[in-house]
Amino acid sequence: MLVTVNGEPRELPPAATVCSVVELLAADGGREREAAHRGVAVALEGEVVPRDSWSSTRLRDGARVEVLAAIQGGSA
Amino acid sequence: MTNVMPIRAVEAPSADPLVIAGRAFQSRLLLGTGGFSSHEVLQEALAASAAEVCTVALRRLDPSARGSVLDVLQDASVQILPNTAGCYTARDAVLTAKLARDAFATDWVKLEVIGDDRTLLPDATELLAAAEELVQDGFVVLPYTSDDPILARRLEDVGCAAVMPLGSPIGSGMGIRNPYNLAIMIERAGVPVVLDAGVGTASDAALAMELGCDAVLCASAISRAQDPVAMSHAIRLAVLAGRLARHGGRIPRRRYAQASTPDEGRPEL
Repeated sequence: MLVTVNGEPRELPPAATVCSVVELLAADGGREREAAHRGVAVALEGEVVPRDSWSSTRLRDGARVEVLAAIQGGSA
Repeated sequence: MTNVMPIRAVEAPSADPLVIAGRAFQSRLLLGTGGFSSHEVLQEALAASAAEVCTVALRRLDPSARGSVLDVLQDASVQILPNTAGCYTARDAVLTAKLARDAFATDWVKLEVIGDDRTLLPDATELLAAAEELVQDGFVVLPYTSDDPILARRLEDVGCAAVMPLGSPIGSGMGIRNPYNLAIMIERAGVPVVLDAGVGTASDAALAMELGCDAVLCASAISRAQDPVAMSHAIRLAVLAGRLARHGGRIPRRRYAQASTPDEGRPEL
């Protein structure tokens, strides 16, 4: 199925969850799986998916997922 | 980079903590982490600032990024203050705050809702709506606001833990454009007032504290300085100096001189 992750289309297996998307992005960057969850937040269709629901939240075809992480910032 | 000189006599008295939402801090300088050229410079500037609270922002995860700002902040044992930078609506700001709560396991948020990308000035109505919703959801809300004493009061009324007025637009380095408004806000505030934008150099931070601000939040003035570590150190000292001067109590301004040496006992020569 096709899912939009951070604005980019990605082909994912039918049983893909939010957790698998987070770990897919970590693998893109060559990061350890354990480090993948730290400081990361996920929005699905404009709603927060709390981290304890990542592995139980399945994605539907056409879903829109935003995976966010900390950057330097904070105006002033 | 200059070395950071030891500071002894001018250290803030430990009996004078900054208290926000029941949490006490020794430092009255908060550091915004935006604009630093590298994590290494941020780390050095953070050490020179002695700040205990640092802002971070949330953006799309960049798989190619090496190292995280979180590592720098956690090594320094500072409190992370997520912000909602770049949000134009209450809806986006509320959602960003909730995402930050999940990412960083903190219910503190620096709430920013801006009106346009040229001035980055707060959008008062969206800001107030977002603040109210987040307070009701259990957040400790620190709103970036304009220098309007009435809006500050409204933000306090809906339960914000502090108010963070601008001195001038974000990153402008124009200092405090309306010290009278700020003084009125400070006089009437029942929560800490943190100057949150416009500082260009150390004297601006000192002035904020002399006016009675409880703390200063700096990013650009430090991160975009020619020597961020030196400027961080300077602003740290300025915040301390301004705080001490506020307690010391400035003399009134007067048009004519007032002799400091008595006339009495003057010889006839």
